Amino acid sequence: MKQFKFPMRYVPISATILVFFIVYLIGIICFDNFGSPKVFMNLFLNYAYLGIAVIGTALVILTGGIDLSVGSVIAFTSILIAKMINTGCNALAAIALALVIGILFGMLQGWLIHSFSLPPFLVTLAGMFFIRGCGFIVSEESLSIQNDPVFSFIQDNLTITLSKGLHLRFIVMLYVAVLIIAVIFSQRTRAGRSIYAIGDNELAATLMGIPVGRTKIMTYTIAGFCSALAGVVYAIYLKAGNPLNCVGLEMDAIAAVVIGGTLLTGGVGYVFGSLFGVLVLGLIQTLIQFNGHINSWWTRIIVGLLVLAFIFMQNLITKISKSKSKSH
Amino acid sequence: MKQSSNKFRHLVWPLVSLALLLLFNAIFTDNFFKVEIKKMDSAQESVRDQIPEIPDELPGTAVEAAAKAEAEIQAPAEQPTAAQVPAEQAPAQKSKGVSIFGYYLYGTPIDILNQGAKVMVLAIGMTLVIATGGIDISVGAVMAIAGAIAALLISMLDAGSFPGASMGPAFYWIIPVIAALILATLAGFWNGMLVAGFGIQPMVATLVLMVAGRGVAQLITDGQIITFTNPGLVFLCNGHALFLPFSVWIVVAMYVVFGLLTRKTAFGLFIESVGNNERASRYAGIEARRIKWLTYVICGFCAGVAGLLAASNIKCADSNNAGLNLELDAILATVIGGTSMAGGRFFLSGSLVGAILIQTLTTTMYMKNVSPAIVAVPKAMVVIIVCLLQSPVFRAKVLSIFASKAAKGGVQ
Repeated sequence: MKQFKFPMRYVPISATILVFFIVYLIGIICFDNFGSPKVFMNLFLNYAYLGIAVIGTALVILTGGIDLSVGSVIAFTSILIAKMINTGCNALAAIALALVIGILFGMLQGWLIHSFSLPPFLVTLAGMFFIRGCGFIVSEESLSIQNDPVFSFIQDNLTITLSKGLHLRFIVMLYVAVLIIAVIFSQRTRAGRSIYAIGDNELAATLMGIPVGRTKIMTYTIAGFCSALAGVVYAIYLKAGNPLNCVGLEMDAIAAVVIGGTLLTGGVGYVFGSLFGVLVLGLIQTLIQFNGHINSWWTRIIVGLLVLAFIFMQNLITKISKSKSKSH
Repeated sequence: MKQSSNKFRHLVWPLVSLALLLLFNAIFTDNFFKVEIKKMDSAQESVRDQIPEIPDELPGTAVEAAAKAEAEIQAPAEQPTAAQVPAEQAPAQKSKGVSIFGYYLYGTPIDILNQGAKVMVLAIGMTLVIATGGIDISVGAVMAIAGAIAALLISMLDAGSFPGASMGPAFYWIIPVIAALILATLAGFWNGMLVAGFGIQPMVATLVLMVAGRGVAQLITDGQIITFTNPGLVFLCNGHALFLPFSVWIVVAMYVVFGLLTRKTAFGLFIESVGNNERASRYAGIEARRIKWLTYVICGFCAGVAGLLAASNIKCADSNNAGLNLELDAILATVIGGTSMAGGRFFLSGSLVGAILIQTLTTTMYMKNVSPAIVAVPKAMVVIIVCLLQSPVFRAKVLSIFASKAAKGGVQ
């Protein structure tokens, strides 16, 4: 059975990588300089925060849940850091506090979802409202971060210059590091395998003795941490905080996860695929920027169509491998 | 009697919450329940001196009575409009001999109903979708599409570059309205096709339109915010008829239509059956696919109506912000009203009460000088509390705490 399913599992992620290379190729053919390393590096730089957030979303979706609070947590974290730095607080302390709040927030959501068997959709929806409102309580206006020693240290000293005009920035390295850790975690650890087991069949996982509650709460906690970390990256990236940032980002994150080949019913997919999901989103945006004439809203439409295409493909695969019967 | 109390059990918690909220307002907000009657056509002469001050409790009971009247529509023998209208007109009848036409009620409770109309309309469609075990998160985007196409057509008609412009502005506004409703219904049809036709998870299938829908709306309006002044279109959300804002009558009409459709025909039963167990319903001979498909079409239609209301309210189509996050409000209203997210049982009246509750909460916050952005915080907490109260696990846990305490007390 497993040997039969094995190649099928690789189809979605292969398709994602294929889509990525096709879009990249289109860009290179249509525009000069699209293939330059700088464009590629900027892709990582501009979407590092989204990528980190998507890792958390991907893990949650692998358990069969969903996290809609991502964008709001990013906004809250960035404005909290900006506010604390502006009131004279140490930047490192601000970042630490933001991460702790993200972890606690994720834990609270996971606890509510598991302990009272509330639908994840609803709890994280309420969480999204709640934390964005909290962001507005911190500050209703956007705040910039200026002349902060920690931020300028990150900017100046933690950047590797690969060649002239090509920099490997700290947040890109951070994203890659988090991605590697998450991939190892999901593939090579007991907790990571539990996530897959729960997403595949929660009842079976319970009967097998997997600590379902603990794993689920842990996953939402990780998602909260990832969102908060994404907020930190966002603050470093923009050197500002704004409670209005990232409205609707959760949908981009879910779209990236789907394009990355993860099944939204849970249990099937790879965290690694989320990298390509994010890159495809970024590439489409970059293509439209390079063109300069097309209405930027085509991004949304193309992303929507891509999501649709991947859903169809996944449905087909699910039907072929008969791995799951959708009884409900 | 016992049967009827069971029937309305789902309404207890939302109504209690609403009553608490209204009580809070009655105590802490000045003039919250003050409802005035104003003359139409913005006549400057005040009619206030003719009308006696309405005592504070009366409109409060009127709102609750209205909610109850809505609940009673589910009881087969009631005549819905007949039950509804006297409750709403109760304060008005005190103003002796005022003609029905030409006057309208004005005050916070009325404003809540008017502003809540969008969510109420959305909640009607959402309730049916959720009852089949599905969800439609694209309604906000569909609202934007409906508003965009209506505004585009009305601007083309005003410029005379669209067939039908010869009808004159007093009549041709019906064309954009119909076009918007058709387009929204088509959007619902598309969602239904993905969910029922291709068997895609509802959340994911509607995600597609949610992501792409605003893009489509932007393309329709070419990225502009189209404003319009057509009196017919503006009337939808700003006009008044029979003392109340016209939007409230739209809600009432839709509630009556869909209430009758679901409770007087087998349709409601089929929906609940499909929501409970799709496969079993199919074996029982119910066209489960068609039923699901139809609920999404209805939801799209409702989103279209809500989109028209939203555009009419601000006299323009803003593709970026029309209906933003309203899908969430609609889902919350539905869940607060006692409809199970897992499907299988639904209460249209509960959803309406839920929508009124959400709007009352929002308005209360505004009146307490809370910034609109922060309103989300208490809203979220109310949602979680209501969900907890409805969660069987939570109830069991709380009960077990009480039970163990009682048992300990007994031993001692």
